[in-house]
Amino acid sequence: MSEIERHRYDVVVIGAGGAGLRAAIEARMQGKRTAIVCKSLFGKAHTVMAEGGAAAAMGNVNPNDNWQVHFRDTMRGGKFLNHWRMAELHAKEAPDRVWELESYGALFDRTKDGKISQRNFGGHEYPRLAHVGDRTGLEMIRTLQQKIVSLQQEDQRSHGDAQAMIRVFAETTITSLLKDGDQSSGRISGAVGYTRENGTFVVFEAPAVVLATGGIGKSFKVTSNSWEYTGDGHALAMKAGATLLNMEFVQFHPTGMVWPPSVKGILVTESVRGDGGVLRNSEDKRFMFDYVPAVFRKQYAETEEEADGWYDDPGSNRRPPELLPRDEVARAINSEVKEGRGSPSGGVFLDIASRLPADAIRKKLPSMYHQFKELADVDITKEPMEVGPTCHYVMGGVEVDPDTGASVVPGLFAAGECSGGMHGSNRLGGNSLSDLLVFGRRAGLGASQYVEALGAARPAVSERDVESARRTAEAPFDGDGGENPYTIHADLQQTMNDLVGIIRKREEIEEALSRLEELKSRAKRIGVQGDKIFNPGWHLAIDLSNMLIVSECVARAALIREESRGGHTRDDFPDMSDEWRKVNLVCRPEGDGVRVDKQPLSTMPPELLSLFDRDELSKYMTEDELSILPEGKA
Amino acid sequence: MGYKARFRVWRGDDTDGGLEDFSVEVNEGEVVLDVIHRLQATQTPDLAVRWNCKAGKCGSCSAEINGQPRLLCMTRMSTFTEEQVVTVTPLRTFPVIKDLVTDVSFNYQKALEVPAFAPPVGVAPGEYRMQQTDVERSQEFRKCIECFLCQDTCHVIRDHEDNKEAFAGPRFFIRLAELDMHPLDSMDRKRRSQEQHGLGMCNITKCCTEVCPEGIKITDNAIIPMKERVVDTMYDPVVWLGSRIPRRSAMAANRALDSGDAAAAEEHARSRLRDKPSDAAALGALQDALVAQGRFVEASDVTRTKLEHAGRGRGARQRAAADHAWALLCAAEAGQIDLDRYDDEITATLQQAQRLASIGTVLAGTHALHHLVHGRLAEAAEHSREALRWDRSRQTRADDLVTLAEALTGLGNRPEGESAMAESLTLWPANPRAESARSNMHEMGLQPR
Repeated sequence: MSEIERHRYDVVVIGAGGAGLRAAIEARMQGKRTAIVCKSLFGKAHTVMAEGGAAAAMGNVNPNDNWQVHFRDTMRGGKFLNHWRMAELHAKEAPDRVWELESYGALFDRTKDGKISQRNFGGHEYPRLAHVGDRTGLEMIRTLQQKIVSLQQEDQRSHGDAQAMIRVFAETTITSLLKDGDQSSGRISGAVGYTRENGTFVVFEAPAVVLATGGIGKSFKVTSNSWEYTGDGHALAMKAGATLLNMEFVQFHPTGMVWPPSVKGILVTESVRGDGGVLRNSEDKRFMFDYVPAVFRKQYAETEEEADGWYDDPGSNRRPPELLPRDEVARAINSEVKEGRGSPSGGVFLDIASRLPADAIRKKLPSMYHQFKELADVDITKEPMEVGPTCHYVMGGVEVDPDTGASVVPGLFAAGECSGGMHGSNRLGGNSLSDLLVFGRRAGLGASQYVEALGAARPAVSERDVESARRTAEAPFDGDGGENPYTIHADLQQTMNDLVGIIRKREEIEEALSRLEELKSRAKRIGVQGDKIFNPGWHLAIDLSNMLIVSECVARAALIREESRGGHTRDDFPDMSDEWRKVNLVCRPEGDGVRVDKQPLSTMPPELLSLFDRDELSKYMTEDELSILPEGKA
Repeated sequence: MGYKARFRVWRGDDTDGGLEDFSVEVNEGEVVLDVIHRLQATQTPDLAVRWNCKAGKCGSCSAEINGQPRLLCMTRMSTFTEEQVVTVTPLRTFPVIKDLVTDVSFNYQKALEVPAFAPPVGVAPGEYRMQQTDVERSQEFRKCIECFLCQDTCHVIRDHEDNKEAFAGPRFFIRLAELDMHPLDSMDRKRRSQEQHGLGMCNITKCCTEVCPEGIKITDNAIIPMKERVVDTMYDPVVWLGSRIPRRSAMAANRALDSGDAAAAEEHARSRLRDKPSDAAALGALQDALVAQGRFVEASDVTRTKLEHAGRGRGARQRAAADHAWALLCAAEAGQIDLDRYDDEITATLQQAQRLASIGTVLAGTHALHHLVHGRLAEAAEHSREALRWDRSRQTRADDLVTLAEALTGLGNRPEGESAMAESLTLWPANPRAESARSNMHEMGLQPR
């Protein structure tokens, strides 16, 4: 039997993207001994791929912007399914979180008067995204990474050990959370995982765990997500007895690369449209004018002339329809392609070449220029790009208390993409990076306060659970070798893409659920070759079990929600329903499967409701709900 | 549209490994990483490779493709012909963990040694004001995706494990430059750059700039301006010498060798080794001093010690093994040792070097000499010609020409042999092999073939 490495911490943060690093910084600043456990090297998290920016109503470019406007945009984008309190906290705190990054050394692009510049993005009323060209996520990760290094330098000076208070366990994967009771009771007592480099098992004894593992995109074939996005935090939370909500809402980003096939899905930033890029079909028509839904009719331009006028004079022109929220644009592209007006490789054309001078394109969109040049031999300053929808983000995640990030399991916290509620049925571009900062900090703080309140009475780690976690993780080596994890993964991706993708219907989702059952039983027969040292086949076998649970959550919730809203479009229920708006679907584990229950959405208090006009609210809400508004308001 | 490509992939761990051949399908538009993934899915499920985004943004999939440091995800298969063998090996400067995955912790250690951004005193968050033109200089360096290809290619550490302690490498020179040029950073980093991070050891060959996938002008925009700033603000020879004292004798040895005084070089090196018998720099200097005097047997004793003490870096171990094989072969060629007695050691060492080598061709010159001392003249000629296609430095080129000259003469092609020898001597007149090679050629010329 191999050795098990042991560590004791106050707070263990799983995931080293924006949310995880910000949570860890907070826990360390609260004086808690903090471990950061991440599947990749430090500084490689998926956050580096975020391009556009971090939305924060600083009002640097348009002074009319403030948290109330940002709050309104976020609720609209999520089609009013967002947890109002999260949207409120997010809009209020995002500016402070962005400014704080500057004090850690971040260098955002500037306005003429030397402030942080802000750019336009889909669904945001004013220019709101703090950015660095089109590599904002990289800037954020590097800044947070370097802040952690600076804390370690302080600890080196005061404790003689850089890792005394905060340590990164890179290339380490957590496979189980530990509790001092069974799945339905008890508090978090730690976590078990393995280190890729040597296959050694590691036990973290800790009363508080913050999940910050990101999304689930690797369950879909066409995705902008990196290999880490296997829903680990979602699955760990469920297995530990926490609840997931909104799992039916998966965002398909409207613009992913479609050619060459091997790069299909790689993101083309929304900034291309924010900076003036337009979508055209094979008939050279700017088709987005035909797809402005009733709820957004008032805010979007009806002619090309008005739309083009908006970039320079947003006061007297309405926004171009290319800047509708992502769900709307993705569906529009999908329809154009389906109706035979697509580009040669099955997308539509995204044209920036005819809209901006070549120099400006290279300056504002350097990564896009580079990406198309290197991977597709396309010069975007000369020709249009071919783009189509790609699985990008999951709105659903661990159900948390908005203020502290606490899940229903004592000691278990979550932040960022793996938590749910903030974005409702659809996330606005730019609201993710700011979400990571606002709720990463809050979860780190919540975890620290929880540990503080526990005092010396820490939940104990059960050796039996550690042993059983280890046996489960090693099980793929004992398989009869009948199944190859890579093949099962490819089959899962095809199933989710074809049957629970951007447009859904009952029969197809049911077909997906029956295929998922087959995949689950095939996964039990996986046999892994080689040993435990840096063995990708073994790693995938473990990640697959998470992807299968999470995919089942998505499919089951998608089957139950009989309406179309945001990142959930039902061909057989094409309309948005007032009644369904009041409902969250909540996933819990049941046997080796998933149970989904309806749960009422938390009610928005009147002072926030009154930020909208009644006409607009009536498009989303029942008369009953609006009756709490004071008469004559708006 | 698809075709079968020939791939050679280095597989192994930090103790042993070698190149394995594969035939694998390639489709339109694919990059090398796609092909590696196909190998995992269909032939070698436990082939270790690091990757994340597959879009050139995370800098995880760094490796060497046909000997060139590259991102696997940004190297399109269309850059090779269908017949061309694609050789994929791990980064050479860092120790191998498994297959294409290396231990890059060196870089994280160096990151910890660079003092963080020092925020301006009395400026609250939200009150920072900077002009775009002023932030742009540092923004260029913040494009860095930490792929560490610049660290991998840098000769200061690529084959010199012993330089790693004192040298932060190009990635951290741009970090230092970034902070130094940050409009609001309140710390002076110039003196530190020279004293603590080894900026002075960089001899601006621009290799780092060439491999940077982000196109950062590392040398021109970071290293050279930093060197100029360092010179402007400090030049204190006493401080400079003080920081070099532990390595002073080894450096003196190198200086002596440069001026042609091999005996003095030997003495300096031996004096350093009396204090620290495993000092890699001094062992290297002693080896060079002995070789320069044609004392190949003693040189091979030194290379043996060097091999025993080589660190975990694959590049350094490969170089130590290659040096040792070379020293023994030179001794055999000069008739200073009995080939039969040493041939097992030579063959084993050569194999070890070959396993660790990035590409098959780098040891062609050593193989050529091995064939030569065994009298396999045709093979010797063929391998030395192969080696000459890859040789970059004057001395290795001169050396491989000597081998070719002997082989050709032995094969009866005396004119070409003589001309190879002449070319060799113009490149490196003092080549210690030249004398024995000339006498071998003379003897071979006398024997009728």
